Amino acid sequence: MTGKRETEKKVGDDVSKKKTRQNPPEWASGLRQLYDSVVEEPLPDTFDDLLSKLDKST
Amino acid sequence: MAREGSAAAGSADKDTKRQREFKHELTEVIPHLRAFARGLCGRPDLADDLVQEALMKAWAAQERFEPGTSMRAWTFVILRNAYLTDMRRNRFRADYDENVAERILTAPAGQEGPLHLSDMHRALLTLPPERREALLLVGAGGFSYEEAAEICGCAVGTIKSRVGRARAALTSMMDEGSIPQRSVNDATAHHAIMGELDDMAEPQVNADR
Repeated sequence: MTGKRETEKKVGDDVSKKKTRQNPPEWASGLRQLYDSVVEEPLPDTFDDLLSKLDKST
Repeated sequence: MAREGSAAAGSADKDTKRQREFKHELTEVIPHLRAFARGLCGRPDLADDLVQEALMKAWAAQERFEPGTSMRAWTFVILRNAYLTDMRRNRFRADYDENVAERILTAPAGQEGPLHLSDMHRALLTLPPERREALLLVGAGGFSYEEAAEICGCAVGTIKSRVGRARAALTSMMDEGSIPQRSVNDATAHHAIMGELDDMAEPQVNADR
């Protein structure tokens, strides 16, 4: 009986895994987009200031 | 071996060249550091402060960077440590709850598609930090599970499980449209999040639990 239950569970897991793989959830691209939107932002001037300070510190 | 005569001058040149290359690579990863930091702490201003802190630390530790390895992974570790230290020092705690949800709720929703990035970000911020960072690294930053595990200093299996749980949580939030409006303002949730942060920062202390 236990054996049967385990088999059923396994089948269920396989199905859900397959489903996830085949249909990436809608938010997955949103997450990537969220990250990329920051990557593509122009750098604030404060970073240029910091980078030029770094040179002087060595 | 033909260059033996100018070895000393060559070595100095090499140092300068190495430093120049280091700076170039460091500059190139800044946008990624900003994106990772923004995902971690939610507030653009604090995220940029964190990145600046990480950049200065990276610069000071440049001797420890192995040329040819991933600058992005190396600096992410530094950024992550700076974030955890700041979090544990209460730096973000005071204004975190009041401002994060507010800013995100009022973020412009000009993006195309049925899913607003502001929803996405808000949902992301409701995840426990360890799952959030795992998902950010793998799902947004494009790191492999192995690289993410190295960045977080944990086992690959741990990362896989964190990413899996984060994905499941986001999927159900998005499917049910049940993104908490102000969950970061909830004292209990906030306390739980901070507790998990402490666990992340000091795994050795909690190892025997």
